Amino acid sequence: MLAQQILNALTLGAIYSLIALGYTLVYGILAMINFAHSEVLMLGAFTALGLATFAPAAFGSGPSALAAMFVAGMAAAGLVNVVVERFAYRPLRAVSRLAPLISAIGVSIVLQNGVFLWISTQSLSFPRPVVIGQISLFGASVSSLQLVILGAALGLMGLLHFFVESTKMGKAMRACADDISTAGLMGIDADRVIAVTFFVGGALGGAAGVLYGMNYGSIKYNLGFLPGAKAFTAAVLGGIGNIRGAVLGGFILGLLEVLACGYIPDGAQWRDVIAFTVLIVVLLVRPSGLLGEKMAEKV
Amino acid sequence: MKKLLGSRWALGAALAAAAAFPFLAQAVEQPYLVRVAGVIGLFMILGLGLNFTLGYAGLFDLGFISFYAIGAYTTAIAMRAHVPAPLAIVLAVAITLAMRALLGLTILRLRGDYLAVVTMGFGEIARLVINNLDSLTNGPKGMQVRPWRPLACISPDPNVQYYLLILAGVSLAVVASRRIESSRVGRAWVAIREDEVAARLSGIPVREYKLLAFTLSAAFAGLAGALFALWEQFVTPESFVFWESVLVVSIVVLGGMGSIAGVLLGALILVGLPPLMQWTLSAEWINYRYLFFGLILVLATLFRPQGLLPSARRESELSS
Repeated sequence: MLAQQILNALTLGAIYSLIALGYTLVYGILAMINFAHSEVLMLGAFTALGLATFAPAAFGSGPSALAAMFVAGMAAAGLVNVVVERFAYRPLRAVSRLAPLISAIGVSIVLQNGVFLWISTQSLSFPRPVVIGQISLFGASVSSLQLVILGAALGLMGLLHFFVESTKMGKAMRACADDISTAGLMGIDADRVIAVTFFVGGALGGAAGVLYGMNYGSIKYNLGFLPGAKAFTAAVLGGIGNIRGAVLGGFILGLLEVLACGYIPDGAQWRDVIAFTVLIVVLLVRPSGLLGEKMAEKV
Repeated sequence: MKKLLGSRWALGAALAAAAAFPFLAQAVEQPYLVRVAGVIGLFMILGLGLNFTLGYAGLFDLGFISFYAIGAYTTAIAMRAHVPAPLAIVLAVAITLAMRALLGLTILRLRGDYLAVVTMGFGEIARLVINNLDSLTNGPKGMQVRPWRPLACISPDPNVQYYLLILAGVSLAVVASRRIESSRVGRAWVAIREDEVAARLSGIPVREYKLLAFTLSAAFAGLAGALFALWEQFVTPESFVFWESVLVVSIVVLGGMGSIAGVLLGALILVGLPPLMQWTLSAEWINYRYLFFGLILVLATLFRPQGLLPSARRESELSS
């Protein structure tokens, strides 16, 4: 029973972590809450669905279909994020801290209503290109879908780790996160680094959208809001701006939710109350999140 | 002096026009406009309230609507217990203030966006508790509120009555904001917002002043919530979702943080636009109104990033 719950928690946590990474990457460099990230992940899911609906023959079935859906969803979500950054956030970057947030809220409304008006007002069923079988493991019954979700999420996190730690662009990203104006003086093209960051964050969100669609079997124009808000909470719980923190926060949030549902009477009703209470208590004890660095006092 | 007199006259004229508005709307047989204007007024009060926290003290709050909810539910519960309505309003403001002070005491040491997330969390907790505590709040089914018709001598239409009450609330909020803004307290808030360390070194008790701004905000939310509950005669948790908090933040930032006129204009535009579009757009475009709303929000921010009517104080800081 416990093993089963933990497995479910890991699956949910993996999706939250991927979304939380998108928030934290952007925040780490611009100190901006990308309010439209939840819509970016929704668009990733819709793009993958569009591919599966309109070009089913082009990419076959099984693993290749799965891969094609991921690539399409990630590329679309990443590109949308880059375009949005270019036109709605960049002009406001130097102006004030809250202006980009309001702009992001507007973008979020536009994207959600765009899908609502031009694609569908209803839930659409989402294809699962893998055959769902059950495997027994340590007394828990694992569906192959859960394995796909966990595998994909962990693989992407590994890729991100490699990208940030071992590539030149990753190094530039870390430099910008540290101090964007000094990084500029060292010859780093900050605009380009920020665009890449938005692409990577958006692509991870798009992957999460595809996983979300496969996990629940249907998608809707407003699907992004709830996981988006939860994942943002997770990113803050772990220490916003910190990559490991986002992953840790996502898994903790998944665990909290699943355990609250499983072990507390009326748990499903109180699940979010418990999650947010834990968030508040953690932040009161550690004001910069679990792994966040202590924010420097402005002098 | 001349300028002061001029602004007094302008204010008086605006107030007179606003008071005459529902009767004009009835005369041209558009009573629907009175309702819309009433809702705009409620959000003006909310915006002016959040302006204390966000505009003056610079504290980012993403759960403000929960205090609107606390005000509305306190009123509904008091009315159920046969408390007279004026006393219920006072009670709503008092309890909202107390809850806000308690929250502020606990969380105000958090900074920046961490504060925003914790207030967002509190907002969700408050809504879910209201939703789940069926014995007190009747849960998701919502609560009926006993009718109260205060200004029956002026107009038989409850919408007009509440419009006038809300207008009085807006005026009260404007007067209070103006008085506090230019007082010692208001200047201390701006000092904290601009540079907390410098403010502390200048001898401003930062913690106390932050708590004061944070708490005072709630008086407005409590008042607006009470008027909302009495007007609608019905409250449900559905009215107090996260999106509403975001709307109030947008009103303050788009209007101009710390600017009273800006907040009023922000509420007028952001709350008035969707019904205005519903009223004017042709049938084929009517579903596009929220899409346009989002576009307008983005474009307005891009063209006026400091707000539609930035406060004179901020403008002088920015140009220097």
